[in-house]
Parts: sequence; C-alpha cells; structure tokens
Amino acid sequence: MSSASLANASRSAPVAESQYSDTAIRLFALAAVLWGVVGMLVGVIIAAQLTWPELNFGISFLSYGRLRPLHTNAVIFAFGGCVLFATAYHVVQRTCQTRLFMPGLAMFTFIGWQLVILAAAITLPLGYTSGKEYAELEWPIDIAIAVVWVSFAVVFFGTIGTRKVRHIYVANWFFGAFILAVALLHIVNSAAIPVSLLKSYSAYAGVQDAMIQWWYGHNAVGFFLTAGFLGMMYYYIPKQAERPVYSYRLSIVHFWALIFTYMWAGPHHLHYTALPDWAQSIGMLFSLILLAPSWGGMINGIMTLSGAWHKLREDPILKFLIVSLSFYGMSTFEGPMMSIKTVNALSHYTDWTVGHVHSGALGWVGLISMGCLYHLIPRMFDRTQMYSVKAIELHFWIATIGIVLYIAAMWIAGVMQGLMWRAVNPDGTLVYTFVESVKATFPYYVIRLLGGVLYLSGMLIMAWNVVMTVRNGRAAPQPIPVVAMAHA
Amino acid sequence: MESLYLLIPLSAGLILFIVAVFGWAVFGGQFESLEAEAERILTEPSDSLDADQGRRALRSEQSTSP
Repeated sequence: MSSASLANASRSAPVAESQYSDTAIRLFALAAVLWGVVGMLVGVIIAAQLTWPELNFGISFLSYGRLRPLHTNAVIFAFGGCVLFATAYHVVQRTCQTRLFMPGLAMFTFIGWQLVILAAAITLPLGYTSGKEYAELEWPIDIAIAVVWVSFAVVFFGTIGTRKVRHIYVANWFFGAFILAVALLHIVNSAAIPVSLLKSYSAYAGVQDAMIQWWYGHNAVGFFLTAGFLGMMYYYIPKQAERPVYSYRLSIVHFWALIFTYMWAGPHHLHYTALPDWAQSIGMLFSLILLAPSWGGMINGIMTLSGAWHKLREDPILKFLIVSLSFYGMSTFEGPMMSIKTVNALSHYTDWTVGHVHSGALGWVGLISMGCLYHLIPRMFDRTQMYSVKAIELHFWIATIGIVLYIAAMWIAGVMQGLMWRAVNPDGTLVYTFVESVKATFPYYVIRLLGGVLYLSGMLIMAWNVVMTVRNGRAAPQPIPVVAMAHA
Repeated sequence: MESLYLLIPLSAGLILFIVAVFGWAVFGGQFESLEAEAERILTEPSDSLDADQGRRALRSEQSTSP
C-alpha cells in the first residue's frame, strides 16, 4: 500500500492491513517463559540425579539418560526456539514497517512448534532417540521440524520481501542467516533410514557420521544459539538503551565474518579421535579465528551504551542485556581456548565442557532472552513496562549469582578431572581410578545444583511477573506507522 | 572420509550463494547511509502503547523519518 492511500485505507479498507500481526509473537513469548521454567526444572532434576543417583528411582522414564536430552531439547529448542520465533517476527515487522507475510502461516509455525515440543517431551523419556546430541528426536518429528522451519522461512523472508523500507536492518541479516543455516544443518544431519515408526539409522556411519554430527552440533551453537540471539541483541539493546548501535559499520563486518567462520569450527569437538588430523587442525584454527568476530559483536553491543552507562544503574533490563554480552565475550574466549588441541586434551569429556556450555547458555542465551522478553512482553500487551521492575532486578541478581556458582564449580571439577585422569605413576600406571574422580567431583555437583536452583528460581520470578503483566494488559492491535519516504 | 563428497560441494555451493547475496547487498544500496539506518529504529515509532500509564508512550505519529 502506498503511504498516500494508507490514510484513506484506515477509513474504508480492512483495518487489518494497517496493523502489525502480533498474535503469534504474544503466543511464542509466553510459551518461551513456560518452556524456560520446564527446561530449567528438568535441568535441576538431572543435576540432582548426578549428585545423588538414588534420584533415578529405578524408573526408566525418570532416569538421567532419558531426561538429559529432554533438558537440552527443552532449553535450546523449546525455550530458545520460542524466544527466537517471537523476536524474529517482532523485529522483522518493526524494522520493515510492514505487516507479517502470511500471518496464518506464522500461527501454523506456533502450533507446529508446540506439537514438536510435546512430541519430544513424550518420546525422549520413553527412550526413543537417534543418539545424536541435540538431534535426538526421531525421524517423524524431524520431518515436522523441517515443515515448520520452511514455513518460518517463508513468513520471515516474505516479510522482508514486502518491506516498506529499502534498507534491511542488520538484525534481520542475523535472523535470516540463522533460519537458513538451521534448515541446512537440520536436514543434512537428520538424514536417516527409517525402519519403524520411531526407529531409524543415520544415513552416515563411523567417523563420517561424527564429523557431520559435530558440524551440525557446533553450528547449532553458532547459528541457533548465537546468530539468532545476536539479531535480537542488535535490535533490543538499541531500543532499550535508546541509543543506536555503536558502530553500524562494524555490525555488518561482524555479521559476514561470523557466519563464514562458524561453519568450520565443528571438528574441535573431535580432537584426538579417529577424525583425521588435518580436519582437527582446521577446526582448531577457525575456532581461534572466530574469537575476533565474536568479540567485535560483543564490543559493538556493550559500547552502544557509550555515553549512557548511567542507565545500567537504574534499568535492570539493560543489566540483563549488557551482562549477557559479558558472558558472551567470556564464552567466545573460553571456546577458542578449549579448541586448542593441547588444552582440549585436558578438557575433553570433563565438566569443564559442561561449565563452558552453561556459561554460554545461562550467561549469554538465557540473560539476553530474559532481557529481550522483558522489553517485548509489556509492549505486546499495551504496557510501557513489566508489572514489577523490582522483580526484574531481583531476577537479574539471583540469575547472575546462580550462573557464577554453576560455572566456577564446573571449572574446578573439570580441570580436576582432567588432571586426575592423566596422572601417571613413574611406572606408567594410572594414579587414580575413574571412580575416584567421580567421588572427588561430588562437592562441585552440589554447588552446581545450587547454582541451577538459583537460576530456576529467577525464571519462576519472571514467570510470575509475566503473568501479572499480561493480566493487567491487553492484546491491543498496533498500527503500522506510515513511511513518509520509501527511499525508492 | 566419503562424507567429504557431500560436504565439500555443499560448502562450495553455500559460499557461492553467500557471495551472491553479499554482491546483491553491495550493489543494491544496502550499505548506503549506515548511520541514518542505525538511528531509524529509534526515530520510527515501533510500538504504540497506552498513554494512560503516565509515561511517554507512542512517539508522535507525525515524526516519521525525513
């Protein structure tokens, strides 16, 4: 619609044309909070089971082995996924100044994604698994994911294609790359030969399967858990701080450098395995190079507050957003370090890896998600802010303390394990048995559990705050502002 | 290492696609007036909110970008 006719359109044409389509956003945002609580609760349960194995209760569908993939899938795809859907649909509309392309299809992605989550919640505890990390779901669910994902791409890129503003804001590049990369990764890695309704065998085998799995696994981190959330960061930090991105030029360089380098980092999961040395070296090299674009993005986001640092004192949402970037910087330094083969020789298979994962997951992904949802949810319910700003502040501190306890405990445990496992007597025999390292890890599992309980508590505070905000708000339709000049 | 027969052509194709998209962006004017584009998300009103909440809500609908 041309801007001239838009004014007349609001009188005679269907009102829906001049309003954003936010229903799917509201649903995804609320679902994200629900799945965050669920996923973190399962995390706390399995942390308790590692500490006290009696908590497996001898019940198959409550055992650690069955619940662990439920936890990872719930926090990554249910929680993280819903956050990404909500924010992508929000950001693409607001920056393109146009209504969502095919809002009905967007609703389909919501319903479809929730069905995928439910299917995961049922099949994983029952033991149906492909055995591929972060890709455990069996083939019928994989097909459903692909269908939902193609729909997501249609809605997102369709909205970009029908934009009223010529420039495509940088956040949309990150979202777009995330959507395309995840489609590629999912389809290639999930290729399997079905033998029954819930059983299949990977199309690949041996070390080749391992390589494809960890090309997928690391790019799930790089594109699902990083590129998508960087897209969020580049929109919601400027909006919350009311300042433009520190260097828009840098954000573009950051984008291209990041998406190119990430694709090669996968082999760092396979150091000192049967994967050929040259492949391991490529993974190590590109993981180290990756430090540069990652920190470029971190600096760009944090320095957006340049000249407005005082806002951090008063605004807990900014605390979430900026501290998330600090953890992002930490994790993107730690990761390259752990990708060095000699370091990896110590860290691999230890709890240091778990600590690294959770510094990225709780610190970066978790906190940026919370900050963005605290910005988005009130606005989706016609409020200027959440029901309780004090509760946001409380959540921030509880979550941050929880994160620090978690990762510090895992660092100590991990390095200790690595050192114990490699300790040899002068005659070449091992100093410690494996079970001795397990016993020595016990106190750190207790501390980690405490950290996780704190993090979950923060999420419960958020859930309360969200419920109160929605109850006091209303799902008001939002008009699309007229674009004075389409910059033809 | 047979998976390389899949992975390498796939990667090459992907790189060609990426280069094509980058080329479109450069020649399509996506990288013109970057500072203005960075500011745009702040000056364009994005979410209209209930003014009765006593705080600044919707930025004036007249203040679209020049």
